[in-house]
Amino acid sequence: MGDNKPIKPMPDVALGREVHDLYARYAACLDHGDFKDWPDFFTAECVYKLIPRENHDRGLPLATLSFESKGMLRDRVFGISETLFHQPYYQRHIVSGVRVTGEEAGLVLAEANYLVIRTKKNQPSEVFNAGRYIDRLARVDGRLLYASKLCVFDSELIPNSIIYPI
Amino acid sequence: MTQTTVFPADPKWEGEGTSRIPFWAYTREDLYKKELDQFFYNNHWCYVGLEAEIPNAGDFRRTVVGERSVIMVRDPDGGINVIENVCAHRGMRFCRERNGNAKDFFCPYHQWNYSVKGDLHGVPFRRGVKQDGKINGGMPKDFKVEDHGLTKLKVATRGGVVFASFDHDIESLEDFLGPVILSYFDRTFNGRKLKILGYRRQRIPGNWKLMQENIKDPYHPGLLQTWVVTFGLWRADQRSEMVMDAHGRHAAMVGYRSSGGKGDVTKGVTSFKENMKLEDDRVLDVVPEAWWNGPTACMQTIFPSLIIQHNVNSISTRQIVPLGPNAFDFVWTHFGFDDDTPEMTRRRLRQANLFGPAGYVSADDGEVIELSQHGFAQNGANNTLCELDGREVGGVPHNVTETLIRGMYKYYRQVMGH
Repeated sequence: MGDNKPIKPMPDVALGREVHDLYARYAACLDHGDFKDWPDFFTAECVYKLIPRENHDRGLPLATLSFESKGMLRDRVFGISETLFHQPYYQRHIVSGVRVTGEEAGLVLAEANYLVIRTKKNQPSEVFNAGRYIDRLARVDGRLLYASKLCVFDSELIPNSIIYPI
Repeated sequence: MTQTTVFPADPKWEGEGTSRIPFWAYTREDLYKKELDQFFYNNHWCYVGLEAEIPNAGDFRRTVVGERSVIMVRDPDGGINVIENVCAHRGMRFCRERNGNAKDFFCPYHQWNYSVKGDLHGVPFRRGVKQDGKINGGMPKDFKVEDHGLTKLKVATRGGVVFASFDHDIESLEDFLGPVILSYFDRTFNGRKLKILGYRRQRIPGNWKLMQENIKDPYHPGLLQTWVVTFGLWRADQRSEMVMDAHGRHAAMVGYRSSGGKGDVTKGVTSFKENMKLEDDRVLDVVPEAWWNGPTACMQTIFPSLIIQHNVNSISTRQIVPLGPNAFDFVWTHFGFDDDTPEMTRRRLRQANLFGPAGYVSADDGEVIELSQHGFAQNGANNTLCELDGREVGGVPHNVTETLIRGMYKYYRQVMGH
Protein backbone atom coordinates (compact mmCIF):
# COMPACT_ATOMS: atom_id res chain seq x y z
CA MET A 1 0.00 0.00 0.00
CA GLY A 2 1.18 3.51 -0.54
CA ASP A 3 2.50 5.49 -3.43
CA ASN A 4 6.00 4.54 -4.55
CA LYS A 5 6.39 7.44 -6.98
CA PRO A 6 9.38 9.70 -6.25
CA ILE A 7 8.59 13.15 -4.89
CA LYS A 8 8.68 15.71 -7.74
CA PRO A 9 11.06 18.63 -7.21
CA MET A 10 9.40 22.02 -6.66
CA PRO A 11 9.14 23.92 -9.97
CA ASP A 12 11.34 27.00 -10.17
CA VAL A 13 8.56 29.54 -9.74
CA ALA A 14 10.81 32.55 -10.10
CA LEU A 15 12.27 31.27 -13.35
CA GLY A 16 8.80 30.51 -14.68
CA ARG A 17 7.68 34.05 -13.95
CA GLU A 18 10.78 35.49 -15.57
CA VAL A 19 10.25 33.42 -18.71
CA HIS A 20 6.57 34.45 -18.93
CA ASP A 21 7.62 38.07 -18.58
CA LEU A 22 10.20 37.71 -21.36
CA TYR A 23 7.61 36.31 -23.79
CA ALA A 24 5.15 39.06 -22.91
CA ARG A 25 7.72 41.81 -23.40
CA TYR A 26 8.87 40.25 -26.70
CA ALA A 27 5.30 40.22 -28.03
CA ALA A 28 4.65 43.77 -26.85
CA CYS A 29 7.77 45.03 -28.61
CA LEU A 30 6.78 43.47 -31.92
CA ASP A 31 3.13 44.48 -31.67
CA HIS A 32 3.98 48.05 -30.84
CA GLY A 33 6.15 48.20 -33.92
CA ASP A 34 9.38 48.92 -32.01
CA PHE A 35 11.36 46.74 -34.35
CA LYS A 36 14.66 48.46 -33.54
CA ASP A 37 14.33 46.98 -30.04
CA TRP A 38 13.69 43.46 -31.35
CA PRO A 39 17.37 42.44 -31.69
CA ASP A 40 17.96 43.36 -28.02
CA PHE A 41 16.00 40.27 -26.97
CA PHE A 42 18.76 38.12 -28.46
CA THR A 43 22.34 37.19 -27.73
CA ALA A 44 25.07 38.37 -30.11
CA GLU A 45 25.54 34.98 -31.80
CA CYS A 46 21.88 34.14 -31.83
CA VAL A 47 19.82 31.95 -34.14
CA TYR A 48 16.39 33.04 -35.34
CA LYS A 49 14.42 30.86 -37.72
CA LEU A 50 10.93 31.21 -39.07
CA ILE A 51 10.23 27.77 -40.45
CA PRO A 52 7.06 26.08 -41.81
CA ARG A 53 6.03 23.01 -39.89
CA GLU A 54 6.32 20.75 -42.94
CA ASN A 55 10.05 21.55 -43.26
CA HIS A 56 10.65 21.24 -39.52
CA ASP A 57 8.79 17.94 -39.19
CA ARG A 58 10.50 16.44 -42.23
CA GLY A 59 13.96 17.58 -41.19
CA LEU A 60 14.37 19.83 -44.22
CA PRO A 61 16.81 22.69 -43.57
CA LEU A 62 15.06 25.51 -45.49
CA ALA A 63 13.50 28.21 -43.34
CA THR A 64 11.38 31.15 -44.49
CA LEU A 65 13.76 33.43 -42.59
CA SER A 66 17.05 32.25 -41.14
CA PHE A 67 19.34 34.57 -39.20
CA GLU A 68 22.58 33.75 -37.41
CA SER A 69 23.52 36.88 -35.50
CA LYS A 70 22.20 40.06 -33.96
CA GLY A 71 23.73 41.83 -36.96
CA MET A 72 21.46 39.90 -39.33
CA LEU A 73 18.48 40.83 -37.15
CA ARG A 74 19.44 44.50 -37.40
CA ASP A 75 19.78 44.16 -41.17
CA ARG A 76 16.24 42.78 -41.22
CA VAL A 77 15.02 45.75 -39.19
CA PHE A 78 16.65 48.07 -41.71
CA GLY A 79 14.95 46.13 -44.48
CA ILE A 80 11.56 46.50 -42.84
CA SER A 81 11.82 50.23 -42.41
CA GLU A 82 13.82 51.16 -45.50
CA THR A 83 13.75 48.58 -48.26
CA LEU A 84 10.91 46.05 -48.24
CA PHE A 85 7.96 47.45 -50.15
CA HIS A 86 4.72 46.42 -48.44
CA GLN A 87 1.32 47.54 -47.25
CA PRO A 88 1.86 48.38 -43.57
CA TYR A 89 -0.07 46.32 -41.04
CA TYR A 90 -0.70 45.88 -37.33
CA GLN A 91 0.38 42.65 -35.66
CA ARG A 92 -1.09 41.24 -32.48
CA HIS A 93 0.68 38.30 -30.86
CA ILE A 94 -1.36 36.06 -28.60
CA VAL A 95 1.11 33.87 -26.74
CA SER A 96 -0.02 31.04 -24.52
CA GLY A 97 1.18 27.87 -22.89
CA VAL A 98 4.55 29.36 -22.00
CA ARG A 99 6.53 26.68 -20.19
CA VAL A 100 10.06 25.78 -19.25
CA THR A 101 10.74 22.36 -20.77
CA GLY A 102 14.22 21.73 -19.44
CA GLU A 103 17.78 22.83 -19.22
CA GLU A 104 20.74 22.04 -21.45
CA ALA A 105 24.34 23.24 -21.28
CA GLY A 106 23.36 26.14 -19.05
CA LEU A 107 20.56 27.24 -21.38
CA VAL A 108 16.91 27.27 -20.35
CA LEU A 109 14.67 25.43 -22.81
CA ALA A 110 11.25 26.98 -23.24
CA GLU A 111 8.26 26.63 -25.55
CA ALA A 112 5.02 28.48 -26.15
CA ASN A 113 2.15 28.63 -28.62
CA TYR A 114 1.64 31.81 -30.58
CA LEU A 115 -0.96 33.29 -32.82
CA VAL A 116 -0.34 36.44 -34.82
CA ILE A 117 -3.37 38.38 -36.03
CA ARG A 118 -2.67 40.76 -38.90
CA THR A 119 -4.76 43.84 -39.55
CA LYS A 120 -4.05 45.83 -42.67
CA LYS A 121 -5.36 49.39 -42.65
CA ASN A 122 -9.06 49.50 -43.61
CA GLN A 123 -9.20 45.70 -43.78
CA PRO A 124 -10.72 43.10 -41.45
CA SER A 125 -8.35 41.38 -39.02
CA GLU A 126 -7.16 37.94 -40.09
CA VAL A 127 -5.34 34.91 -38.71
CA PHE A 128 -1.88 35.51 -40.09
CA ASN A 129 0.55 33.04 -38.58
CA ALA A 130 -0.10 30.36 -35.97
CA GLY A 131 2.69 28.25 -34.55
CA ARG A 132 4.92 27.50 -31.63
CA TYR A 133 8.16 28.86 -30.31
CA ILE A 134 10.94 26.40 -29.53
CA ASP A 135 13.55 28.44 -27.71
CA ARG A 136 16.84 28.36 -25.82
CA LEU A 137 17.45 31.14 -23.34
CA ALA A 138 20.77 32.33 -21.99
CA ARG A 139 21.41 34.49 -18.96
CA VAL A 140 23.56 37.48 -19.91
CA ASP A 141 24.37 40.09 -17.26
CA GLY A 142 21.48 38.84 -15.20
CA ARG A 143 18.93 39.11 -18.03
CA LEU A 144 17.33 36.23 -19.91
CA LEU A 145 17.87 36.52 -23.66
CA TYR A 146 17.04 34.30 -26.64
CA ALA A 147 20.13 32.40 -27.76
CA SER A 148 17.99 30.56 -30.26
CA LYS A 149 14.39 31.06 -31.33
CA LEU A 150 12.57 28.75 -33.73
CA CYS A 151 9.13 29.90 -34.86
CA VAL A 152 7.61 26.73 -36.31
CA PHE A 153 4.41 27.78 -38.02
CA ASP A 154 1.33 25.72 -38.96
CA SER A 155 0.16 28.49 -41.33
CA GLU A 156 2.36 27.23 -44.14
CA LEU A 157 0.27 28.95 -46.79
CA ILE A 158 1.33 32.50 -46.02
CA PRO A 159 -1.27 35.18 -46.84
CA ASN A 160 1.00 36.78 -49.41
CA SER A 161 4.00 37.98 -47.42
CA ILE A 162 5.62 38.19 -44.00
CA ILE A 163 7.45 41.44 -43.42
CA TYR A 164 7.70 42.03 -39.66
CA PRO A 165 9.29 39.58 -37.20
CA ILE A 166 7.18 36.90 -35.56
CA MET B 1 -9.09 54.52 -71.98
CA THR B 2 -11.57 54.26 -74.83
CA GLN B 3 -14.64 52.65 -73.23
CA THR B 4 -16.76 54.57 -70.77
CA THR B 5 -18.44 51.83 -68.76
CA VAL B 6 -16.72 50.03 -65.90
CA PHE B 7 -18.19 46.64 -66.86
CA PRO B 8 -18.30 46.54 -70.66
CA ALA B 9 -20.99 44.10 -71.83
CA ASP B 10 -19.04 43.03 -74.90
CA PRO B 11 -15.39 43.62 -74.04
CA LYS B 12 -13.09 44.01 -77.02
CA TRP B 13 -9.31 43.99 -76.95
CA GLU B 14 -8.53 47.24 -78.77
CA GLY B 15 -5.93 47.19 -81.53
CA GLU B 16 -3.83 44.37 -82.97
CA GLY B 17 -0.72 44.61 -80.84
CA THR B 18 0.01 43.66 -77.25
CA SER B 19 1.41 46.80 -75.74
CA ARG B 20 -1.96 47.56 -74.13
CA ILE B 21 -3.58 44.87 -71.99
CA PRO B 22 -7.16 45.41 -70.82
CA PHE B 23 -7.76 45.25 -67.08
CA TRP B 24 -10.60 42.81 -67.70
CA ALA B 25 -8.08 40.22 -68.86
CA TYR B 26 -7.18 39.81 -65.18
CA THR B 27 -10.62 39.79 -63.58
CA ARG B 28 -13.13 37.91 -65.76
CA GLU B 29 -14.34 34.53 -64.51
CA ASP B 30 -15.29 33.32 -68.01
CA LEU B 31 -11.84 34.12 -69.42
CA TYR B 32 -10.22 32.35 -66.47
CA LYS B 33 -12.17 29.15 -67.19
CA LYS B 34 -11.06 29.30 -70.81
CA GLU B 35 -7.46 29.83 -69.69
CA LEU B 36 -7.62 26.71 -67.52
CA ASP B 37 -8.75 24.73 -70.54
CA GLN B 38 -6.42 26.24 -73.10
CA PHE B 39 -3.26 26.55 -71.00
CA PHE B 40 -3.38 24.12 -68.07
CA TYR B 41 -5.43 21.20 -69.40
CA ASN B 42 -4.45 21.16 -73.09
CA ASN B 43 -1.37 21.65 -75.17
CA HIS B 44 1.03 22.60 -72.37
CA TRP B 45 3.31 20.72 -70.04
CA CYS B 46 2.74 21.63 -66.38
CA TYR B 47 5.23 21.24 -63.54
CA VAL B 48 4.44 18.55 -60.99
CA GLY B 49 7.69 18.17 -59.07
CA LEU B 50 11.28 17.00 -58.90
CA GLU B 51 12.51 13.42 -59.16
CA ALA B 52 14.48 13.98 -55.96
CA GLU B 53 11.15 14.26 -54.09
CA ILE B 54 10.22 10.66 -54.96
CA PRO B 55 13.47 8.67 -54.97
CA ASN B 56 12.11 5.26 -53.92
CA ALA B 57 9.44 2.96 -55.35
CA GLY B 58 6.03 4.01 -54.02
CA ASP B 59 7.15 7.51 -53.00
CA PHE B 60 4.52 10.03 -53.98
CA ARG B 61 3.86 13.75 -53.90
CA ARG B 62 0.36 15.16 -54.23
CA THR B 63 0.19 18.36 -56.25
CA VAL B 64 -1.99 20.31 -58.66
CA VAL B 65 -2.19 20.87 -62.42
CA GLY B 66 -4.34 23.94 -62.96
CA GLU B 67 -7.01 23.30 -60.34
CA ARG B 68 -6.89 19.51 -60.63
CA SER B 69 -5.41 17.48 -57.80
CA VAL B 70 -2.91 14.90 -59.10
CA ILE B 71 -0.44 12.43 -57.63
CA MET B 72 3.13 12.06 -58.84
CA VAL B 73 4.38 8.59 -57.86
CA ARG B 74 7.54 6.52 -58.38
CA ASP B 75 6.71 3.23 -60.05
CA PRO B 76 8.55 0.07 -58.92
CA ASP B 77 9.89 -0.17 -62.48
CA GLY B 78 11.73 3.13 -61.88
CA GLY B 79 9.46 5.32 -63.98
CA ILE B 80 7.16 8.07 -62.80
CA ASN B 81 3.37 8.03 -63.03
CA VAL B 82 1.09 11.00 -62.64
CA ILE B 83 -2.54 10.13 -61.95
CA GLU B 84 -5.56 12.23 -61.16
CA ASN B 85 -6.61 12.24 -57.52
CA VAL B 86 -10.28 11.57 -58.30
CA CYS B 87 -11.81 8.16 -57.67
CA ALA B 88 -13.30 6.57 -60.81
CA HIS B 89 -16.30 5.43 -58.74
CA ARG B 90 -18.01 8.57 -57.46
CA GLY B 91 -15.42 11.27 -57.84
CA MET B 92 -13.87 11.57 -54.40
CA ARG B 93 -10.41 13.03 -53.97
CA PHE B 94 -9.05 9.99 -52.19
CA CYS B 95 -5.43 10.91 -51.41
CA ARG B 96 -5.31 13.03 -48.29
CA GLU B 97 -1.58 13.04 -47.67
CA ARG B 98 0.72 15.60 -49.31
CA ASN B 99 3.50 13.07 -49.59
CA GLY B 100 4.34 9.56 -48.51
CA ASN B 101 4.94 6.05 -49.74
CA ALA B 102 2.28 3.70 -51.08
CA LYS B 103 2.15 0.19 -52.53
CA ASP B 104 -1.18 1.07 -54.08
CA PHE B 105 -3.92 3.65 -53.74
CA PHE B 106 -7.40 3.12 -52.43
CA CYS B 107 -10.40 5.31 -51.93
CA PRO B 108 -11.59 5.03 -48.31
CA TYR B 109 -15.23 5.65 -49.19
CA HIS B 110 -15.94 2.28 -50.88
CA GLN B 111 -12.42 0.81 -50.87
CA TRP B 112 -11.92 0.82 -54.64
CA ASN B 113 -8.27 -0.08 -55.08
CA TYR B 114 -5.81 1.13 -57.74
CA SER B 115 -2.24 0.24 -58.66
CA VAL B 116 0.37 3.01 -58.65
CA LYS B 117 -0.16 3.14 -62.40
CA GLY B 118 -3.79 4.09 -61.75
CA ASP B 119 -5.28 0.78 -62.95
CA LEU B 120 -8.39 -0.37 -61.10
CA HIS B 121 -7.69 -3.64 -59.31
CA GLY B 122 -10.21 -4.02 -56.53
CA VAL B 123 -13.94 -3.37 -56.38
CA PRO B 124 -15.61 -4.70 -53.20
CA PHE B 125 -18.70 -6.85 -53.87
CA ARG B 126 -17.91 -6.79 -57.57
CA ARG B 127 -19.36 -10.27 -57.94
CA GLY B 128 -22.10 -9.71 -55.41
CA VAL B 129 -22.63 -11.07 -51.91
CA LYS B 130 -24.03 -14.49 -51.12
CA GLN B 131 -26.95 -14.51 -48.70
CA ASP B 132 -29.54 -17.22 -48.02
CA GLY B 133 -28.38 -19.13 -51.06
CA LYS B 134 -28.75 -16.14 -53.40
CA ILE B 135 -26.17 -13.72 -54.84
CA ASN B 136 -27.19 -10.11 -54.20
CA GLY B 137 -25.79 -7.11 -56.03
CA GLY B 138 -22.53 -7.14 -57.94
CA MET B 139 -21.48 -4.99 -60.87
CA PRO B 140 -23.25 -5.32 -64.26
CA LYS B 141 -22.04 -8.10 -66.60
CA ASP B 142 -20.49 -5.58 -68.98
CA PHE B 143 -18.44 -3.90 -66.22
CA LYS B 144 -14.72 -4.04 -67.05
CA VAL B 145 -12.07 -2.78 -64.62
CA GLU B 146 -9.89 -1.72 -67.58
CA ASP B 147 -12.50 0.95 -68.37
CA HIS B 148 -12.54 2.47 -64.90
CA GLY B 149 -9.01 3.32 -63.89
CA LEU B 150 -7.86 6.72 -62.71
CA THR B 151 -7.22 9.39 -65.33
CA LYS B 152 -3.58 9.06 -66.30
CA LEU B 153 -1.53 12.06 -67.34
CA LYS B 154 1.27 11.99 -69.87
CA VAL B 155 4.62 12.41 -68.12
CA ALA B 156 7.90 13.95 -69.26
CA THR B 157 11.05 14.22 -67.19
CA ARG B 158 14.28 16.01 -67.97
CA GLY B 159 17.20 16.87 -65.77
CA GLY B 160 15.32 15.67 -62.70
CA VAL B 161 12.26 17.86 -63.32
CA VAL B 162 8.85 16.22 -63.84
CA PHE B 163 6.12 17.64 -66.07
CA ALA B 164 2.68 16.23 -66.80
CA SER B 165 -0.18 16.87 -69.19
CA PHE B 166 -3.81 15.78 -69.42
CA ASP B 167 -3.38 16.15 -73.18
CA HIS B 168 -1.93 12.92 -74.60
CA ASP B 169 -1.51 14.50 -78.05
CA ILE B 170 0.93 17.05 -76.72
CA GLU B 171 4.31 17.64 -78.43
CA SER B 172 7.48 16.46 -76.69
CA LEU B 173 8.78 18.50 -73.78
CA GLU B 174 11.81 19.46 -75.86
CA ASP B 175 9.61 20.79 -78.67
CA PHE B 176 7.37 22.52 -76.12
CA LEU B 177 10.31 24.42 -74.67
CA GLY B 178 12.02 25.06 -77.99
CA PRO B 179 15.81 25.09 -78.53
CA VAL B 180 16.60 28.47 -76.94
CA ILE B 181 14.72 27.93 -73.68
CA LEU B 182 15.80 24.27 -73.63
CA SER B 183 19.44 25.37 -73.55
CA TYR B 184 18.82 27.51 -70.45
CA PHE B 185 16.74 24.74 -68.88
CA ASP B 186 19.60 22.29 -69.37
CA ARG B 187 22.06 24.81 -67.93
CA THR B 188 20.29 24.69 -64.55
CA PHE B 189 19.18 21.05 -64.75
CA ASN B 190 22.38 19.69 -66.18
CA GLY B 191 21.96 16.07 -65.10
CA ARG B 192 23.43 16.43 -61.62
CA LYS B 193 21.28 14.87 -58.95
CA LEU B 194 19.25 17.38 -57.00
CA LYS B 195 18.88 17.68 -53.23
CA ILE B 196 15.67 19.11 -51.80
CA LEU B 197 16.27 21.85 -49.23
CA GLY B 198 12.63 22.60 -48.43
CA TYR B 199 9.38 24.36 -49.28
CA ARG B 200 7.75 27.75 -49.03
CA ARG B 201 4.12 28.50 -49.84
CA GLN B 202 2.11 31.66 -50.22
CA ARG B 203 -1.36 32.57 -51.43
CA ILE B 204 -1.08 35.67 -53.58
CA PRO B 205 -4.34 37.57 -54.17
CA GLY B 206 -3.78 38.42 -57.80
CA ASN B 207 -4.33 36.92 -61.24
CA TRP B 208 -1.96 34.02 -62.04
CA LYS B 209 -0.74 35.71 -65.22
CA LEU B 210 0.76 38.50 -63.12
CA MET B 211 3.37 36.12 -61.76
CA GLN B 212 4.41 35.02 -65.26
CA GLU B 213 4.59 38.74 -66.14
CA ASN B 214 6.56 39.60 -63.01
CA ILE B 215 9.36 37.25 -64.04
CA LYS B 216 9.16 38.46 -67.64
CA ASP B 217 9.66 41.99 -66.36
CA PRO B 218 13.32 43.01 -66.12
CA TYR B 219 12.24 46.63 -65.69
CA HIS B 220 11.21 46.36 -62.02
CA PRO B 221 14.01 44.55 -60.14
CA GLY B 222 16.45 47.44 -60.49
CA LEU B 223 13.82 49.91 -59.34
CA LEU B 224 11.43 48.35 -56.82
CA GLN B 225 13.87 46.23 -54.94
CA THR B 226 16.53 48.09 -52.95
CA TRP B 227 18.68 45.07 -52.30
CA VAL B 228 18.76 44.34 -55.99
CA VAL B 229 19.81 47.79 -57.10
CA THR B 230 22.11 48.58 -54.16
CA PHE B 231 24.02 45.30 -54.25
CA GLY B 232 24.01 45.08 -58.01
CA LEU B 233 22.04 41.83 -58.25
CA TRP B 234 20.19 43.25 -61.27
CA ARG B 235 20.68 46.63 -62.87
CA ALA B 236 19.49 48.28 -66.05
CA ASP B 237 23.11 48.93 -67.07
CA GLN B 238 24.40 45.39 -66.65
CA ARG B 239 25.12 42.92 -69.42
CA SER B 240 21.89 40.96 -70.09
CA GLU B 241 19.95 38.87 -72.59
CA MET B 242 16.17 38.69 -72.82
CA VAL B 243 15.10 35.68 -74.87
CA MET B 244 11.84 33.93 -75.74
CA ASP B 245 10.75 30.76 -77.47
CA ALA B 246 9.28 31.03 -80.97
CA HIS B 247 5.75 31.52 -79.59
CA GLY B 248 6.65 34.18 -77.03
CA ARG B 249 5.15 32.07 -74.24
CA HIS B 250 8.36 30.98 -72.45
CA ALA B 251 11.23 33.33 -71.68
CA ALA B 252 14.57 33.66 -69.95
CA MET B 253 16.03 36.79 -68.36
CA VAL B 254 19.77 36.30 -68.21
CA GLY B 255 21.99 38.67 -66.26
CA TYR B 256 25.63 39.23 -65.43
CA ARG B 257 26.06 40.90 -62.07
CA SER B 258 28.01 44.14 -62.00
CA SER B 259 29.44 45.76 -58.90
CA GLY B 260 26.40 47.73 -57.78
CA GLY B 261 26.61 51.21 -56.31
CA LYS B 262 25.84 54.62 -57.77
CA GLY B 263 25.40 55.24 -61.49
CA ASP B 264 23.11 56.78 -64.10
CA VAL B 265 20.59 54.05 -63.53
CA THR B 266 20.25 54.87 -59.84
CA LYS B 267 19.54 58.58 -60.32
CA GLY B 268 16.13 59.42 -58.96
CA VAL B 269 15.45 55.85 -57.93
CA THR B 270 13.82 56.08 -54.53
CA SER B 271 14.77 52.56 -53.54
CA PHE B 272 18.50 53.09 -54.04
CA LYS B 273 20.35 53.50 -50.74
CA GLU B 274 23.86 54.64 -51.55
CA ASN B 275 25.24 54.18 -48.06
CA MET B 276 23.50 50.93 -47.23
CA LYS B 277 25.85 48.38 -45.73
CA LEU B 278 24.91 45.10 -44.16
CA GLU B 279 25.98 44.49 -40.56
CA ASP B 280 26.34 40.81 -41.34
CA ASP B 281 26.96 40.23 -45.00
CA ARG B 282 27.21 36.46 -44.83
CA VAL B 283 23.72 36.45 -46.34
CA LEU B 284 25.29 37.73 -49.56
CA ASP B 285 28.37 35.51 -49.52
CA VAL B 286 28.22 34.77 -53.24
CA VAL B 287 30.66 32.31 -54.80
CA PRO B 288 30.50 31.68 -58.56
CA GLU B 289 29.83 28.09 -59.63
CA ALA B 290 31.31 26.38 -62.67
CA TRP B 291 27.93 25.50 -64.18
CA TRP B 292 27.01 29.20 -64.46
CA ASN B 293 29.33 29.60 -67.46
CA GLY B 294 29.09 33.35 -67.02
CA PRO B 295 25.60 34.57 -66.08
CA THR B 296 25.00 35.20 -62.39
CA ALA B 297 21.23 35.04 -62.78
CA CYS B 298 18.87 33.27 -65.13
CA MET B 299 15.16 33.58 -64.44
CA GLN B 300 13.01 31.41 -66.67
CA THR B 301 9.26 31.42 -67.15
CA ILE B 302 7.79 28.20 -68.54
CA PHE B 303 4.23 29.00 -69.50
CA PRO B 304 1.82 28.58 -67.76
CA SER B 305 2.86 26.90 -64.53
CA LEU B 306 6.53 27.33 -63.68
CA ILE B 307 9.30 29.74 -62.82
CA ILE B 308 12.85 28.41 -62.64
CA GLN B 309 15.10 30.54 -60.48
CA HIS B 310 18.83 30.82 -60.68
CA ASN B 311 19.99 33.90 -58.82
CA VAL B 312 23.56 33.86 -57.53
CA ASN B 313 23.80 30.70 -55.36
CA SER B 314 20.07 30.28 -54.79
CA ILE B 315 18.11 27.93 -57.04
CA SER B 316 14.43 27.03 -56.87
CA THR B 317 11.36 25.99 -58.79
CA ARG B 318 8.26 28.11 -58.22
CA GLN B 319 4.93 26.57 -59.16
CA ILE B 320 1.84 28.60 -60.08
CA VAL B 321 -1.43 27.06 -58.86
CA PRO B 322 -4.37 29.22 -60.05
CA LEU B 323 -7.50 29.64 -57.92
CA GLY B 324 -9.98 31.67 -59.93
CA PRO B 325 -9.06 34.95 -61.57
CA ASN B 326 -8.18 36.74 -58.32
CA ALA B 327 -5.73 34.45 -56.54
CA PHE B 328 -3.07 31.78 -56.98
CA ASP B 329 -0.94 29.67 -54.70
CA PHE B 330 2.78 29.96 -55.23
CA VAL B 331 4.83 26.94 -54.14
CA TRP B 332 8.61 27.23 -53.89
CA THR B 333 10.91 24.22 -53.88
CA HIS B 334 14.44 25.24 -52.98
CA PHE B 335 17.11 22.74 -53.94
CA GLY B 336 20.82 22.24 -54.32
CA PHE B 337 22.94 19.55 -55.91
CA ASP B 338 23.66 16.24 -54.24
CA ASP B 339 27.40 16.92 -54.43
CA ASP B 340 27.24 20.41 -52.87
CA THR B 341 29.72 20.88 -50.05
CA PRO B 342 28.21 21.71 -46.65
CA GLU B 343 29.51 25.28 -47.17
CA MET B 344 27.63 25.61 -50.48
CA THR B 345 24.45 24.25 -48.92
CA ARG B 346 24.77 26.78 -46.10
CA ARG B 347 25.35 29.49 -48.71
CA ARG B 348 22.19 28.50 -50.56
CA LEU B 349 20.19 28.51 -47.33
CA ARG B 350 21.55 31.94 -46.36
CA GLN B 351 20.82 33.48 -49.75
CA ALA B 352 17.32 32.02 -49.52
CA ASN B 353 16.65 34.99 -47.20
CA LEU B 354 16.47 37.09 -50.37
CA PHE B 355 13.66 34.99 -51.83
CA GLY B 356 10.29 33.60 -50.89
CA PRO B 357 7.31 35.16 -49.09
CA ALA B 358 9.51 37.01 -46.59
CA GLY B 359 12.46 37.56 -48.91
CA TYR B 360 14.36 40.83 -49.23
CA VAL B 361 13.96 40.63 -52.99
CA SER B 362 10.77 38.58 -53.46
CA ALA B 363 8.32 39.72 -50.79
CA ASP B 364 7.73 42.91 -52.78
CA ASP B 365 6.62 40.96 -55.85
CA GLY B 366 3.64 39.46 -54.06
CA GLU B 367 2.71 42.87 -52.67
CA VAL B 368 2.80 44.68 -56.01
CA ILE B 369 0.79 41.90 -57.64
CA GLU B 370 -1.89 42.17 -54.95
CA LEU B 371 -2.08 45.93 -55.32
CA SER B 372 -2.24 45.64 -59.12
CA GLN B 373 -5.24 43.32 -58.84
CA HIS B 374 -6.93 45.91 -56.63
CA GLY B 375 -6.26 48.51 -59.33
CA PHE B 376 -7.75 46.32 -62.06
CA ALA B 377 -10.92 45.80 -60.05
CA GLN B 378 -11.66 49.50 -60.10
CA ASN B 379 -12.35 49.74 -63.80
CA GLY B 380 -12.31 46.75 -66.11
CA ALA B 381 -12.40 48.94 -69.19
CA ASN B 382 -8.99 50.48 -68.49
CA ASN B 383 -5.70 49.18 -70.00
CA THR B 384 -2.14 48.57 -68.84
CA LEU B 385 0.69 50.04 -70.87
CA CYS B 386 3.66 47.87 -71.90
CA GLU B 387 5.66 50.05 -74.22
CA LEU B 388 9.15 50.06 -72.72
CA ASP B 389 11.56 49.56 -75.61
CA GLY B 390 8.76 50.02 -78.13
CA ARG B 391 5.67 48.10 -79.12
CA GLU B 392 7.21 45.13 -80.95
CA VAL B 393 8.03 41.62 -79.78
CA GLY B 394 11.54 40.15 -79.96
CA GLY B 395 14.56 39.06 -77.92
CA VAL B 396 17.04 41.81 -77.02
CA PRO B 397 20.59 41.97 -75.61
CA HIS B 398 19.70 44.28 -72.74
CA ASN B 399 17.07 44.44 -70.02
CA VAL B 400 15.45 47.83 -70.49
CA THR B 401 12.38 46.32 -72.08
CA GLU B 402 8.85 44.98 -71.68
CA THR B 403 9.12 42.87 -74.82
CA LEU B 404 8.77 39.58 -72.93
CA ILE B 405 5.37 40.63 -71.60
CA ARG B 406 4.31 41.74 -75.08
CA GLY B 407 5.45 38.33 -76.36
CA MET B 408 3.36 36.51 -73.79
CA TYR B 409 0.22 38.43 -74.74
CA LYS B 410 0.85 37.90 -78.44
CA TYR B 411 0.67 34.18 -77.69
CA TYR B 412 -2.27 34.70 -75.33
CA ARG B 413 -4.34 36.58 -77.93
CA GLN B 414 -3.62 33.89 -80.54
CA VAL B 415 -4.66 30.99 -78.35
CA MET B 416 -7.62 32.67 -76.66
CA GLY B 417 -8.94 34.18 -79.87
CA HIS B 418 -9.11 37.73 -78.60
